[in-house]
Amino acid sequence: MVTRWLLTIAIVVAWAVMPADRASAQDARLEAARKEGKVVWYTSLALRSAEKVAKMFEAAYPGIKVEVHRTGSQRVLQRLMQELQANIKNADVVHTSDAGHFVLLKEKKLLMQYTPAGVEKFPSGFKDRDGYYYGLRATLTVIAYNPKLVSPAEVPRTWKDLLDPKWKGKLVTAHPGYSGLIATHVLALVNLHGWDYFKQLAQNKLMLVQSAVDPAGVVASGERPVAVNGGDYTFYQSKKKGNPIEIVYPKEGVPLIVSPAAITSFAPHPNAAKLFTDFTFSKEVQQALADSEGLYTGHPEVKYPADKPKLNELKLLPADADELEKRNEEIKKRFVEFFGA
Amino acid sequence: MERSVPVWILAALTLALLILLPLGWLAHVSVSSEGGVTLAHYRKVFTDPHLQKALWNTLVLAIWAGLASLAIGAPMAWLSSRTDLPGKRLIRGLIMASFVTPPFLGAFAWVMLAGPNAGLLNKLYRSLTGAEDPLFNIFTMPGLIFVVALYTFPYVFIMIANTLDLIASDLEEAAAVLGAGRLQVALTITLPLVAPAILSGFILAVLQALALFGSPAILALPAGFHTITTQIWALFQYPPKVEMAAAFSIPLLLATALLLLMQKKLLGRRGYASVGGKGGQRRSVGLGPWRYPALLGCLAVMACAIFLPYGILAKAALSRAWAQPMTWENLTLGNFAFTFFQYSSTQAAILNTLELGVMTACVGAGLAALLAYIANRRIILGHQLLAFLALAPIVIPGVVLAVGLFVAYTRPPLLLYGTLWILFVAYLTKEMPVGYSQSDATFRGIHAELEEAGRILGAGRLRVLGEITAPLARSGIIATWCFIFIGVIRELSASILLFTPSTKVMSVVIFDLKEEGHFGAIAVLGLFMLAMTFAIVVLMQTVLGRDFLGAKE
Repeated sequence: MVTRWLLTIAIVVAWAVMPADRASAQDARLEAARKEGKVVWYTSLALRSAEKVAKMFEAAYPGIKVEVHRTGSQRVLQRLMQELQANIKNADVVHTSDAGHFVLLKEKKLLMQYTPAGVEKFPSGFKDRDGYYYGLRATLTVIAYNPKLVSPAEVPRTWKDLLDPKWKGKLVTAHPGYSGLIATHVLALVNLHGWDYFKQLAQNKLMLVQSAVDPAGVVASGERPVAVNGGDYTFYQSKKKGNPIEIVYPKEGVPLIVSPAAITSFAPHPNAAKLFTDFTFSKEVQQALADSEGLYTGHPEVKYPADKPKLNELKLLPADADELEKRNEEIKKRFVEFFGA
Repeated sequence: MERSVPVWILAALTLALLILLPLGWLAHVSVSSEGGVTLAHYRKVFTDPHLQKALWNTLVLAIWAGLASLAIGAPMAWLSSRTDLPGKRLIRGLIMASFVTPPFLGAFAWVMLAGPNAGLLNKLYRSLTGAEDPLFNIFTMPGLIFVVALYTFPYVFIMIANTLDLIASDLEEAAAVLGAGRLQVALTITLPLVAPAILSGFILAVLQALALFGSPAILALPAGFHTITTQIWALFQYPPKVEMAAAFSIPLLLATALLLLMQKKLLGRRGYASVGGKGGQRRSVGLGPWRYPALLGCLAVMACAIFLPYGILAKAALSRAWAQPMTWENLTLGNFAFTFFQYSSTQAAILNTLELGVMTACVGAGLAALLAYIANRRIILGHQLLAFLALAPIVIPGVVLAVGLFVAYTRPPLLLYGTLWILFVAYLTKEMPVGYSQSDATFRGIHAELEEAGRILGAGRLRVLGEITAPLARSGIIATWCFIFIGVIRELSASILLFTPSTKVMSVVIFDLKEEGHFGAIAVLGLFMLAMTFAIVVLMQTVLGRDFLGAKE
């Protein structure tokens, strides 16, 4: 009886004390983050979306600034490595759409082992088995067209439809040498249709842009009526703004690209970095990414806008991070070989 | 020994260090490998079909851009200098505007004007003629040449106009009295007199076109072709191939050096015997019925270089969708709000740019003045070499300089990469030729007698310099300052390899925005950059009391 009674007390005490302990640990970290004053985020998330996340964080944690450095995934890696070569330690949090980068960075011991709060509920495709990086968002790469310029009968429904010579001079592609989404996309399609697909596609004289965000602008302006790739969320956002854009999810399969985020091992503002990372994986931000930005996320409780297709309705093409890391050079080299630059 | 000697030596050493260090490293890296000295990088550069193609494209671009500049610049120079063309002042003012317009902004504006499908001019053409094909596709080699020439022709114009301004009409009139027709006078008298200026202008234009990075990056890459400069930039992608970039830089450097050498050889001692004299009168040729057609021609060129691009930038800055008509619904100030307040890189970049502009202009104008003074007064041994070194960076394209600086300053003892200092060194080196030639002209105009008087009365050289020479050279030095400042705020080709996320400058931010296709924000920043430039130009004209292209009113 006494033992039972003691146990109850122990449980009650533990229940009463532990959250308080956790809270005070949180307070201490918040204090330390405030002292650091800012977090430097190297990111490949589209500029407007990235700035929005930064503003949300700054509103939630006044006094801690987010320095957003947005560029294409491949440039993020280039800048990070170029800086390290000169012994410059600037980046706190890194986020790109080329999962291969994180294989490389982990191998070079440039990442901190850190598990953001709540991320254990995410599906396994969003988690590094060693706990170094986690998928912040997921993007589909899709075909998009301008309905003012392409009649319903003509709309390309599959990746192979784009090979039709009638599209000569009417297509735009983003670049795997700049964008991690596109590098992953190219790998997924090479695994599906082989390099020959891109060799044939190049016969249609594509316009080459850099970022996976840019095709949305090119199609909306009418400079090219059809985009052969690009992040679905950028088309979705542009369409929401009233631009003439429609998205096609090809039947052969749609590459689903999970973009990881991680804290660097040398982060100059480690506490702010942890706070920021927790925040970006919180339901609040993940839901915002899904709502206003049109992205997919790993958060199980996130609800998606009704006009986005459910992932389980699509045939998805996965991409393997290790394979991506190994074949990165090949992807860029062959793409340039076919498309010219 | 005089007290001032260390100052001269220090100035000379600074200059030598600025130029020789990056070039030395560049050469070193281009032949080094883990196993020692190698020519493998060069072998690769000259056998890789892609790199060969980039070499060829660059050659085609530069030569055609040079010829096009000549075709535009030479007639305009003659018209504005030797004829009764109406609105000469306006034309000169507009040419000056195109001279200071960053070429990458022009290229960017022309994407909106002449993109084959969405370009406004092509849309207009289609709706007027009902044609299917575009009038003009800017994403082609001819398109690139056209846009490049719009912003390099002022070099030809300045060279020729300034020479024509100095040639007296005597010879031409003598020929006319002897019975030569107008055309014959032009071909046998005027043309040979300005031939050196034409050649120099042409070579300057070719040099500019060779070194450009922004315009090919904006117009050639979407079309799927590289030039040397964009290729060098691409070689820096991870994993960086710095050795290849260095090896690829050397042919570009040799080409530019060769061009300058050619210019020197061709001009040789054929001086400007009849040029440069004061006295002789310059009577203007009557254009008769051709006055207004000629003016129209000049305005058409300026429409392509200034009116249309500035107009479309203003439109893009104020609209939600640049390709849509300018309706109330499309009108917005959102681009301004986004650029200056929501996009967090802008403010830091503006501050960095201003800081670098002021710093480089101050140090550059000072150093250039010292060097020009040394060379003009022959103060130390080897002063000719100094003049040569000061002018040498004109053959170093920005991208090449950047590769050299990157290699030189990413290792101890001077770890400048990641700081504003590396950009400062790049800008200082790049602007030295402009600064030096400005200062040289200034000191040539100040006779040594005044200084000698001061020396006789017992003042040291530094004191004479401070109390006599400097006040006389003041307006010249201010002009140098302004030239360097303008050069710095628009610099892209070296900055693009040397910046780090914490040391972005405005041109780099514009380039970043371009890759994501933010037309509105680019237009806003571009116009802001232009406004800054014109503010400086106005300041300079007030100080100098004249048109800064050197035209005498």
